[in-house]
Amino acid sequence: MSSMTISDHRPAPAAKVIQPAWVRAMHWANAVAIVVMIMSGWQIYNASPLFKFSFSSSITLGGWLGGGLLWHFAAMWLLMVNGLLYLITGLATGRFRRKLLPITPSGVIADTRAALTFKLSHGDLSKYNNVQKLLYAGIIVVGIVIVLSGLSIWKPVQLQYLTALFGGYDIARYVHFTCMALICAFLVVHVALALLVPKSLRAMIIGR
Amino acid sequence: MGRLRSLLIPGVDKKLLVKDAARAMPDLARRRFIAGGASLGALTLLTGCDVTDSFSADNLLAQISKFNDAVQAAIFNPDALAPTFPESAITKPFPFNAYYELDDAPEVSGDEWKLEVRGLVDNKKSWTLDELYKLPQVKQVTRHICVEGWSAIGSWTGTPLRDFLKLIGADTSAKYVWFQCADKEGYNSPLDMRTALHPQTQMTFKFADEILPRAYGFPMKIRVPTKLGFKNPKYVMSMEVTNDYKGGYWEDQGYNSFSGS
Repeated sequence: MSSMTISDHRPAPAAKVIQPAWVRAMHWANAVAIVVMIMSGWQIYNASPLFKFSFSSSITLGGWLGGGLLWHFAAMWLLMVNGLLYLITGLATGRFRRKLLPITPSGVIADTRAALTFKLSHGDLSKYNNVQKLLYAGIIVVGIVIVLSGLSIWKPVQLQYLTALFGGYDIARYVHFTCMALICAFLVVHVALALLVPKSLRAMIIGR
Repeated sequence: MGRLRSLLIPGVDKKLLVKDAARAMPDLARRRFIAGGASLGALTLLTGCDVTDSFSADNLLAQISKFNDAVQAAIFNPDALAPTFPESAITKPFPFNAYYELDDAPEVSGDEWKLEVRGLVDNKKSWTLDELYKLPQVKQVTRHICVEGWSAIGSWTGTPLRDFLKLIGADTSAKYVWFQCADKEGYNSPLDMRTALHPQTQMTFKFADEILPRAYGFPMKIRVPTKLGFKNPKYVMSMEVTNDYKGGYWEDQGYNSFSGS
C-alpha cells in the first residue's frame, strides 16, 4: 500500500460508500459458501482422485465421503441462491457494467506492467483497473461454470443435456475440478492483495 | 476560506499540514472495523463453538439432506431415460466395488436361492431363479455412477422391475420397494416407488450377456441407472413393498437417501 498523497485534487468525501451493503452481504455469504464448497469438495475428490494426489485430511471438511457430501450439498444452496441474487442485482443496478466494463487488451497489458513494477495506484478504491476488471469479471464466469458443471455431475440423467454440453459426465468432473483450481488461484491473489491494501478489506466490511 | 487561509503559517507546505491534520483525526471507520472484529472473536471464544463437531451442525446437515431428497423427488422425471451407449463404450474390466473385498462377496447357491416377496403385494410366492429367467428380458448399456465420483459403462440384461411388480400385484401407490441382500453386515436399501417404476429399473440376471457373475451380484441385482451405484442392490434376497421408510446400509450412515442422478 502506497501512502495516500494529498493533492489539490479533491479527495473522496469520507462518507462515500465504496461497497454498498448488498455487495458486502453477498460477498461474505459467498466467501463462507466457497470455503465450505472447496474444503468439502476436496473431501469428495479424495474418494476417487482424478490425479495422482489427494488433499490432506487437515484441510478437508466432513471427515469422510458421506460427511463431505452433506456439507457440499448443503453449502451449494447458499452458493447458488446467493450467486443468483448477486448476478441479478449486479445486472439490474448496472454495477457490473459500471465497474467491470470496458476491459481492453491494451489496458490489461499496461495495468499488468504497472502492477508488476508496483506503480499501480489504489488511491480510488471505487474504480477498478483493467487487471482487476478482468479478474473480477473472469471469476464471475468461473463461478457460473463451476455451478453448471457441478449440476451436471449431480444430475447426469435429469440434466443430461447440460452434462452433454460439458462433453459427458467424466469430462464435467475435470471441468469442475479446473474451476475449483482457478478459484483457489484467484483467492491467493485476492486475499494477498486485500491484506496488502487493508482499506479495501475495510471497505468490504463497513462499506467505506 | 478566507479565515482559514489567514491561519496558515507562511512557509509551511499546506499539503503536509493537511496530511498531519488528517492523521491526528480519529479514524472512526478504522475503530469500528477493529471493534467489530474483536467482538466477533470474543463471541467465538465465549461460546467455544466448534462448527464441525457440534451436534446442531449434524442435525442441520441431516435436515438439509432430507430437503435435498424432496428436491430430487420433485425434479425426477419418470420419463427421462438414462443415456445409453454402444457396446464398444463398455468399460473393460468393469470394476468390482463394495465395502468388502471380492473374497468376502456373498456366495449364493443358485439352486437353493429363492427371491422372497413381502409387503403390499397380492401374490407373496417366492421365486426360483429358473422361474425368474423365464420372464421377458431387455438389455441396457448405461453408465454406472459411483457416489465416490468414478463411473463405468456396463451392459445389464434382465426384467424391468415394473413388469415384475405388476405381475405380483404390488400396490404401486406404496412409497418404497425395500431390498434386503446377502452382503455381510446385511446390506439393504429403500427404493422410492417412482424410481422402481422407471422403465430402465431392472431385475438384472446377466452382465455383458453372461449369467451375472458373483462379483456383480449373482444371482440377482437391481440395476437403477437413475441412482448412484450404492443404491443398486446386489445379491438380492428379498423385496418388500412398503409405505414405511426402513432405512438402508449406506443411507443410515449419512449418504443422501434419494441419491438420484
